[in-house]
Amino acid sequence: MGDDTTHSSQNTDPWRGRYADRAAGMVASEVRALFAVASRPEIVSLAGGMPAVGALPLEEVGDMMAGLVRDRGAEALQYGSAQGDASLRESITEVMAREGIDADPDDVIVTVGSQQALDLVTRIFVDPGDTVLTEAPTYVTALGVFAAYQARIEHVPMDEHGVVPEALDEHLTRLAAAGRRAKLFYTVPTFSNPAGVTLAAERRPRVLEICRRHGVLVLEDNPYGLLHLDAGPTRALRADDPEGVVYLGSFSKTLAPGLRVGWACAPAAVRAKLVLAAESAMLSHSAFAQLAVDRYLRTQPWDEQLKEFREMYRTRRDAMLDALSATMPPGVTWTRPAGGFFVWLTLPEGLDAKAMLPRAVGARVAYVPGTGFYADGSGTANMRLSYCFPPAERIRDGVRRLADVVGTELSLRDTFGRAPASAPDQGPQTPAPDLA
Amino acid sequence: MSDLARVIVLAGGLSPEREVSLRSGARVAEALRRTGVEAELRDIDGDLLPALAADPPDAAFPVLHGAPGEDGMAREVLELAGVPYVGARPDACRSTFDKSVAKDLLGRAGLPTPKSVTLPREAFHDLGAAALVDRVTAVLGLPLFVKPRAGGSAFGVTRVEDAARLPEALMACFAYHDQALIERCVAGTEIAVAVADLGDGAGPRALPAVEIAPVGEGIYDYTARYTAGAVDFYAPARISAEAAEEAARIAVEAHVALGLRDLSRTDLIVDQEGRPQVLETNVAPGMVETSTYPIALAAAGIDFGEFCRTLCEVAVQR
Repeated sequence: MGDDTTHSSQNTDPWRGRYADRAAGMVASEVRALFAVASRPEIVSLAGGMPAVGALPLEEVGDMMAGLVRDRGAEALQYGSAQGDASLRESITEVMAREGIDADPDDVIVTVGSQQALDLVTRIFVDPGDTVLTEAPTYVTALGVFAAYQARIEHVPMDEHGVVPEALDEHLTRLAAAGRRAKLFYTVPTFSNPAGVTLAAERRPRVLEICRRHGVLVLEDNPYGLLHLDAGPTRALRADDPEGVVYLGSFSKTLAPGLRVGWACAPAAVRAKLVLAAESAMLSHSAFAQLAVDRYLRTQPWDEQLKEFREMYRTRRDAMLDALSATMPPGVTWTRPAGGFFVWLTLPEGLDAKAMLPRAVGARVAYVPGTGFYADGSGTANMRLSYCFPPAERIRDGVRRLADVVGTELSLRDTFGRAPASAPDQGPQTPAPDLA
Repeated sequence: MSDLARVIVLAGGLSPEREVSLRSGARVAEALRRTGVEAELRDIDGDLLPALAADPPDAAFPVLHGAPGEDGMAREVLELAGVPYVGARPDACRSTFDKSVAKDLLGRAGLPTPKSVTLPREAFHDLGAAALVDRVTAVLGLPLFVKPRAGGSAFGVTRVEDAARLPEALMACFAYHDQALIERCVAGTEIAVAVADLGDGAGPRALPAVEIAPVGEGIYDYTARYTAGAVDFYAPARISAEAAEEAARIAVEAHVALGLRDLSRTDLIVDQEGRPQVLETNVAPGMVETSTYPIALAAAGIDFGEFCRTLCEVAVQR
C-alpha cells in the first residue's frame, strides 16, 4: 500500500464477536431465500404447514371476539396468571379426554403455542451437553429448541409404524453403558411431522415401558391428533402414563395458529416448575387469546368445524397420494398418512432433495428438503410435502411439476453417475411459519 | 431539483433473489421518501401493468435481482408502458446478465476476465461427463469456479479445489440454470467497484473500490453476503493506488462496453501481481445493508437518498 489513504474497515454488525455460541447457526440461508419465492401465488407450495384457517366462519368468530371485549374486556385486556385461565384449562382437559387422557385442570399450563411448552420443558430439564433423544425424522423446530439449549441430540429410527421400540431400548442401554442418560425422549407419535406416520397401538406401551425403565421423560407432542382422516382418535401416550409423560397440545391446527394457544399437561412437580419458568419467560400469556379460545369452545360448533377440516384435508391428502401414484418415476416412495398434514417422500438412490430445490422452485413448486428434520445430516434423499394449504387441484399441479423435476434430476444423475453434494447445512432450512 | 413527485420501486419477482430484492427495494423506497419523493414499492406481477396505466408514476426504479429484472424483462415492460426508468435498457441488461456473453463483450473491449468455458447440461450427457470434465480441468487448471450462466447472489456457485468434486458442483449449478460457466479461480483481493452516472455531463464515474474480506473460511457465498457481520468491508480497498486506478478505469469501461446506464457494479479480483480482472458486472446491484454499492456511496460522500433521487430525475429528463 503506497498511499496515505485511510482504509476504514466496516463491519455491518457492530456486535459481532459478542454473541452467545448458541447464535452461531443463526445466519442467512439459501434454502430460506428459496422459500421466500415459494410464498408467491405463482408457486405451488407443498412446503409450509399452514392450516387452512380460511375455512373458519370468520364472521361468527369476529362477532364472538367483539362480544368478548364488550362483556369481559376488563379481564381479557388485563394480565393473567402464568398457568393460564382456569376455565380454558378445564376446556383443555375435555379436549384431551377425546384421546383418552384423564387430567385435572391443575395439571395444565397454557403456553404460546405448544412451541413455548417445548421450550419451557427443555429449559427446566436440559443443561448444555445433556442428551435429548428424538425419533428421526422429527419436527424441525423441536430440533431448533434443543439446539438452542445446547443439547446433544441423538436420533432413534422410525419406520411406517413409528419409532422402533427395540432401537429405542438399545440406544438407551448403550447410553447407560457409556455412563450417560438421556433427559428427554421427544416424539410426535400421532400423524408425525414430517413423516406422516403414527406410532402403532402395540408399540405404545412398549415405548412407555422402555422410557420408564431407563428413567427418561417422554415428551409427547400432539398437535395433529384430532385431524384423523381415516379412523377415530388415537389413544395418547399420556393416557397410559400420567407420571412419565409431558403432553404438549395445541389449537394451532384445530382452530387457529394466530391465537397462539397451546398447552402442556404435566406431572404435578414438573407443572409447578413450568409455571415458574413461564412466569420468567412471558409473565403471562395473552388473556384475550385464552378467553377467545375458551369462548369459542364453549359457544361455537367446534366439532362441526373439526369435521369440516377433516373432510377438506382428506380430499387434499387423497389428491396428493393419487397424483404421486400417477406421476412419480419408479424408485420414488412415500408415506400414506392417516391424518395430519404431511407426506414424507424418499427419492431414488443418488438424488439430493436440497440440491434439487432450486430446480423445483424454477418449475414453480416447493417442498421442504429432508435434512432439516435431522440433527445429523441425514435425510438428503427425503422431502416433506404438505397437503394442508393448497386446494386439491393445485396439489395435483404441484405434484405433476415435481415429478418432472425428479425426472430431470434422474437424467442428470445418469449423466454424472453420482449425487450432487448439497452445500453444508447453514442457517434455517425450513420456511418461516407464515410461508405456505 | 426537478418536480419529481412519484416513483415506483420495482422489487421482488420470482428469482431466488426475491427476498434480497425486496429488502433492497424497501431501502431505495425509504431513501427516496427521505428526499420528499412519494415512493411506492411494487412487485412484478399481474397487477403491475394496470397500476402503471391507471396512475403512471414519474419514473420507475427497478431493483429486481435475478431473472425478471436483470435479464431485461422488467425494463421491457416499462418501455411498453412508457414509464421512464432508472438503469440500463433491456438489450444491455440481457447481455450483461448472461455472464458468458458479457465476458465476450468485455474481452472484445480489451478488459481482462479469468479464462472460462460455458457448457450446457446436454454436452455432458452427449459427450460423456468424465471425458469433458477431464478436458475442462486440463485446460483451465484448478481451483475453479462453477457458476450458473445467469443469476446472482452466488446461488449455485461452487469453488472446486479437487477435480473429483467438479461433477457435484456442475449438478448443483444445473439446478439453477441449464448452462454452466466454468471459470479459472484467480487468487487475490476481491473488490467491488460501483459506477454512477449522475447526469451532470461528467459521464459514468467509479466510486471508491470496496474490498470484500469474508470472515472465517473466506468464501463470499450467499450466507456471507446476507448475514450481517460475516464480511469485513474496506472502503477504499486495501490495494495499491495503481491497482485502484486501474480497477476504476476497468469498471467504467465495462459499464460503457456493456452499454449500461446510470449505475452498475463491477466485481473484480485483484491478483497477486496487482492486476484487476473482471468477475462480473451487475445492472441492478444489491442495496441491502450488507451490499457494497451503498458502502461505496458512503465512502464517496454521496447521500443514498439524493443518489436515488438524482437517478430518477435523470430518467425523467432522458
